Amino acid sequence: MMADAVLSVEDLIVQYDTASGPARAVDRVSFTLGQGERLGLIGESGSGKTTMGTALMRLTRAPGRIVGGRVMLGGTDIMALSQRDLRAVRLRDIAMIPQGAMSSLNPVLRIRVQIEDAIHAHEGRLPKPEMAARIATLLTRVGLDPVVADRFPHELSGGMKQRTVMAIATALSPKVIVADEPTSALDVVVQRQVMQTLGRLQSGLGAAVVLIGHDMGLIAQFADTVGVMYAGRLVEIGPVAQMIAAPRHPYTRLLIDSLPGIDAKRRLTGIPGLPPRLTDMPPGCAFAPRCPLATASCTASIPALQTVASGHRAACHLYPGLPALPPLTAKAAP
Amino acid sequence: MSSELLRYVLRRVIQLVLVIFVAVSVNFLIPRLLPGDPVATSLARLQTAGGGTAIDIEAISRTYSERYGLDQPLFTQYLNYWADLLRLDLGVSFANFPEQVTTMILRALPWSVGLLGAATLFSFVVGSWLGARLAWPGAGRVIRTVVPGMMVLAAVPFYLLAIILVYIFAVELRWFPPAGGVQTTTIMRFDWPTIRDILHHAVLPFAAISLGNIGFWALGMRSQTVSVLGEDYITFAEAKGLSPHRVFFWYGIRNAFLPQITALALSLGAVVSGAILVEVIFNYPGLGTLLYTAIRGQDYYVIQGVVLVLIVTLAVMLFIVDLIYPLLDPRIRR
Ligand SMILES: Nc1ncnc2c1ncn2[C@@H]1O[C@H](COP(=O)(O)OP(=O)(O)OP(=O)(O)O)[C@@H](O)[C@H]1O
Ligand SMILES: [Mg+2]
Repeated sequence: MMADAVLSVEDLIVQYDTASGPARAVDRVSFTLGQGERLGLIGESGSGKTTMGTALMRLTRAPGRIVGGRVMLGGTDIMALSQRDLRAVRLRDIAMIPQGAMSSLNPVLRIRVQIEDAIHAHEGRLPKPEMAARIATLLTRVGLDPVVADRFPHELSGGMKQRTVMAIATALSPKVIVADEPTSALDVVVQRQVMQTLGRLQSGLGAAVVLIGHDMGLIAQFADTVGVMYAGRLVEIGPVAQMIAAPRHPYTRLLIDSLPGIDAKRRLTGIPGLPPRLTDMPPGCAFAPRCPLATASCTASIPALQTVASGHRAACHLYPGLPALPPLTAKAAP
Repeated sequence: MSSELLRYVLRRVIQLVLVIFVAVSVNFLIPRLLPGDPVATSLARLQTAGGGTAIDIEAISRTYSERYGLDQPLFTQYLNYWADLLRLDLGVSFANFPEQVTTMILRALPWSVGLLGAATLFSFVVGSWLGARLAWPGAGRVIRTVVPGMMVLAAVPFYLLAIILVYIFAVELRWFPPAGGVQTTTIMRFDWPTIRDILHHAVLPFAAISLGNIGFWALGMRSQTVSVLGEDYITFAEAKGLSPHRVFFWYGIRNAFLPQITALALSLGAVVSGAILVEVIFNYPGLGTLLYTAIRGQDYYVIQGVVLVLIVTLAVMLFIVDLIYPLLDPRIRR
């Protein structure tokens, strides 16, 4: 574990109790986040990114359940906190920009009230002028006109709502910000602006950010470290440059290849097959049924995350046998 | 008040005036569209039924011809009708000749407003509250057992519940009087014995209306609350570290309550008609019983008067709901 880790997650397991049995949407995920680090988490829809992000602040709700693992935020064990202490930690130490930021604002309250609420909960009542000044600063910081404070959410555009949510999430200068697909519902131009704002906020506050998304291109531009999730498991994590230039997990390779490049002539390659159902996981590696390099050992046991290069870990049985990922066209030698 | 809000209010006022105008006109037209002369028919029937003194009947007949000019053209009658109405003259009762219908209605109205108004408001507020508590995580054992029972009662018609209550608490246990609004021997004064007597008589009809109604409103509020619970703004409110109390009231109930108000507006008619039956069963001296007696006795102008009052009351209540709604939901203010 890094010495200056602000967030460390160990063997986190989150399970949904469904009619067809328990579904492990997050299965023994471990990673650490250094101070001011930008971690990008990608994975297909349903791979458990949101479930993981919400579990970090124990916002998991039934039928979801945190079954095991530890989340250490600085020196505090999130899983051991009382409800009251947990509320104190939320927003102040770890904040979230939820996946549905467009619908994350209460439709019947003015923006001002929704920001005040957050500050009141942690700092008690402030004198009115002080509060007003604070709100104006927060809104200006995310590129909004302070008059937005007196509007209702339905009077704002999607980008403005997204920025408002960012203003609230950063109101108390948290150490960790979990941003769950903050740009998914925005057009490309606004997407860029919002990402720039997030980047500015991050460096201004020195906060560590977990940026969740499924757009590898967007994540690569923002993150220092990239983690890849597949069927609830973290299958690879490493520095962004290495992850793109030399990914070690076959799934990561295929994910990068399926990126639409600038070069329009390149044929788009999808990943054949579908992710497994969480209630009916294949034995061994979850990706084995779709993996062009799968061997007998892949279905025998679940590969553990192992270091494949400095700061770069992958969960694949190819290692430590091979120095790098072989081409995916042919089956690897057994 | 913004001009937008002003326009909204103005539109509702015009709507109210229109509804009342149409209701009054229909109330005027329907008896006159019926074949034959309603007054003559009624009087004739009264005569044969009661074998009453011929002088009386003729006196009534003459009064009507003069007072209402029934031989005049329809449009003149219509204008006269309006003129009488504006003087609060709704005609004269046949059964209690020469008592004014207005006097009879004014006498019955306080009883109905007191009983139906209080019971409806009470069950709306209590039912909504219980429904919200039931849906919210952490509902107590009492709520989880009592409220579903109430919901079952919602399926039982008012009058059936009334009959059961009368049997148990008035006939068998003799805790409450089975009928009436007040002891016949009580002299109505504004003192404690009178008030106590009135309340004592009101308990059973109040319970008959409330018991089923509470379940009805709890049912609606529960499903609204469940859907609000799934909204992103609830998750975000929790991520802000707000107290459960704050989240429940200002993010949960505040939103879940809006459709309840619409439902209240829509079901006011049903609520009133159901409650009228309860009045009849308890022989409560309100509008319901007055209407019922009038229908049985073919007391023409009384029926017309009560129906008019009911329609206007409903229109006014809808108007009030329409005015309250935009105060609670900023998205409607236009
Ligand atoms: N309330 C729930 N009940 C049962 N299963 C759920 C529930 N919420 C999520 N899941 C399951 O958990 C898995 C992970 O869901 P999650 O929302 O975390 O995925 P995600 O990676 O965030 O996807 P996306 O990119 O679409 O946002 C999915 O397979 C989903 O079906
Ligand atoms: Mg998600």
